[in-house]
Amino acid sequence: MELILSLAIGVLAGSGVWLLLRPRSFQVIIGLSLISYAVNLFIFSMGRVVLGTPPVIDTQLVADASQYADPLPQALVLTAIVIAFATTALFLVILLAARGFSGTDHVDGKEAHK
Amino acid sequence: MTGWMQHLPILPVVIPLICGALMLVIRDGNRRGRLTLGFVSIAGQSATAIALLGLATGYLPSDWPHGVGVYLLGDWPAPFGIVAVVDRLSVIMLLLTSTLGLAAWIYATARWDRAGVHFHPLYQFLLMGLNGAFLTGDLFNLFVFFEVLLAASYGLALHGSGRARVSAGLHYVAVNLVASFLLLIAMAMIYGVTGSLNMADLAARAGELSGPDRRLFESGAAILGVAFLIKAAAWPLNFWLPATYANACAPVAAIFMIMTKVGVYAMLRIGSLLLPTGAPAAFGGEWMFPLGIATLAFGIIGLIAAPQPERQASYCAIISSGTLFAALGMPGVTLTGPALFYLVTSVLALGAFFLLLEMVERTQAFGADLLAVSLEAFDLEDPESPDSSDDVVGVAIPAAMAFLGLSFVACALLIAGLPPMSGFVAKFTLLSAAVQTAEGTPGTGTWLLMGFVIFSGLACIIALGRTGIRLFWSVEDTIVPRLRLSEAGPVSLLIFTTIAMSIWAGPIMRYLDQTADYLGSPSAYINAVLTQHPGRDVAPEALP
Repeated sequence: MELILSLAIGVLAGSGVWLLLRPRSFQVIIGLSLISYAVNLFIFSMGRVVLGTPPVIDTQLVADASQYADPLPQALVLTAIVIAFATTALFLVILLAARGFSGTDHVDGKEAHK
Repeated sequence: MTGWMQHLPILPVVIPLICGALMLVIRDGNRRGRLTLGFVSIAGQSATAIALLGLATGYLPSDWPHGVGVYLLGDWPAPFGIVAVVDRLSVIMLLLTSTLGLAAWIYATARWDRAGVHFHPLYQFLLMGLNGAFLTGDLFNLFVFFEVLLAASYGLALHGSGRARVSAGLHYVAVNLVASFLLLIAMAMIYGVTGSLNMADLAARAGELSGPDRRLFESGAAILGVAFLIKAAAWPLNFWLPATYANACAPVAAIFMIMTKVGVYAMLRIGSLLLPTGAPAAFGGEWMFPLGIATLAFGIIGLIAAPQPERQASYCAIISSGTLFAALGMPGVTLTGPALFYLVTSVLALGAFFLLLEMVERTQAFGADLLAVSLEAFDLEDPESPDSSDDVVGVAIPAAMAFLGLSFVACALLIAGLPPMSGFVAKFTLLSAAVQTAEGTPGTGTWLLMGFVIFSGLACIIALGRTGIRLFWSVEDTIVPRLRLSEAGPVSLLIFTTIAMSIWAGPIMRYLDQTADYLGSPSAYINAVLTQHPGRDVAPEALP
C-alpha cells in the first residue's frame, strides 16, 4: 500500500516537474495539475496510511485514536483541491489570453531562435 | 475586555471580505457605490489597525498578556481551533498595509480603476489576504491567506490587460503556483512529524523532536523556507519579479510592494518562534545571510543595467528584500529592530516611487516607447487626448513639474538612504547596530553587510540620478501634465509619512526595538496562544 502510494506520488510529481519545464504553455498547465495531484496525495499520506477506519468519531467504537483515520489531512486536501482548481482555471484563462496576444503558445510569448 | 472590542482582531479580515463581496453585488457601472464601499473598508481597516496598536502597546486598556491578543475563531482553544493572533509585529504590518492601501487606492480612483472590470473587489480581497496573513496563528491558514492574496494579485497584475502584462502574468502565476505547492508539501511534512499546524504549538513541540523526526522536520522547514523565499524575492528565486512589477499598472505595483514583505514577515515570524529550539536551515543566519547578500548583489547589477524607470523600481524592491534578509540573518547580531524600521520605510518609499513614476512619464511626449504599456492598456487610445475622460474630472494641482521633481528627489533620497529622509535613519541605525553589538571587533559578516548596503545606496544614486536627468532635464518637448489632487495626494501622503518617521524616529525605534526583544523570546507568544481560554463555559477537563 505504502509502496503503491509513494510510487504514484513520485511518478506524478516527476512527470509534473518535467512538463513544467517544457516551453509550451499547455504542457506547463498539465504539469501544474499533475504536481497538484501529487501534492494532494502527499498531504493525504501524511495523516498515516490506514485502511478501513473512519475519520469521524463513531460512538459504537471505543474511544481510541488508533481506531480512526486522521481527519485533518483530509480536510486540508479538500481545501488544497479547491484552491488548486481555482488557480489552475485562472491560469488557463491567462494562458489563452497570452496565446491570443502573442499568437504562439510558447511560455515567453515568442518562439526561441533556432 | 468585553463586548464588541473582543472581536477587533478579526475585523481586518472581515471588513474587506464583506465590502469586497458587497461590491460584487453592486453593478460595475455604479462607480459611486463601489468607491464609497472601498473608502469605508479602508478607513475601517486603518481605524482597526490603530485601535489594535493601542491595545498591543497598552495605551488602551486590555487584558492581553504582554500585548499579545489571541482571538479564537469558533471559540475552540488552540491548538485545536483556528486562532488569529495580534502582537506588536503584526500590528506594524497591519498599519503599513492600510497606509499603503489607502494611498494606492486613492491613486487608483483617479483613472486606473476604470481600465478594466472588478478592480475594487479584487483590491479588497488583496487587502483581506494581506491582513489575514499577518494575523493568522497557524500554518495552514497562512497558506490559505497567501492564496487569497495571490489570487487577487493575479487579477490585479493583469488589470488593464495588454500583451506585456499577460506575458509577465503568465510567468508570475506559474512561479507562484509552484511556490504554493512547495508550501503545501512543507506543511504536510511538518504536520506529519509534529501532528500540529498551530505555530505556537509547533514551536513548543519542535524542541521535543529528535533523530529522524527532527531531520524530517528540518527538511519540511527548509521547503517552507524556500516557498517563503520565492514570495519574498530572494535570489535566485526572484526572476519573476521585475517583469511583473514593471508591467503592472502603477497603483497595483505600489500595493505589490508589501507582498514581497509578506514573505519576509513569514520568515521572521516562524524563524523567531523556532529559534529557541534551534532554527532550521533557511530561517537561520547561515543561509539567510548569504542569500541576502546575493540578492543585494543581483539587485544592484539589475538596477544599474535596467533601462526603464519601472524596472529600476522593481530592482529597488529586490535590493530592499536583500537588505532585509542580510540584516535579519546577520550572524551573531540581532538587527531585527532597525530591519523593521527599514522595512516600513522602504515599503512606503517604493510605493510612492511607483505611483510617481507613472505621473512622471506623462511628461514625456506621446508615443515614447516608455508609454507602450499604458497605450495597450487603453486600447491604443491616446491617454492624453482631450476626449478621454481623464482631463475633465477632479481638481488639478498647480506647479505640477515642481511637485514631480521634488517628489522624485525625495523618493530617490529615501530609496538610496541619504539624509534627511527616513531611509538614512533606517540604514544608519542598521549599520551602527551591526558594528556596535558585534562581539569584540566587527567580523567579516559586518563588513560584507556594510559594504553591500552602502554600495546599493550608491547604485541607487547612480541609476535614479541618471533617470532623473533623463526625465526632467534633457527632454526638450516636455509636456506639463495635469495632475489631479487624487494623484498627487497619495504620493505626498506616503512621502510625508516617511518624513514623520524621521522626525519621530526615536519613539518609533523604541517601539521597534521592543518588538525585536519580544520576537527574541517567543515564550510570550506561545504562552498567550496556548493558554487562551474560550469565551463560553467549557468543562475544565476539556481544556489542554
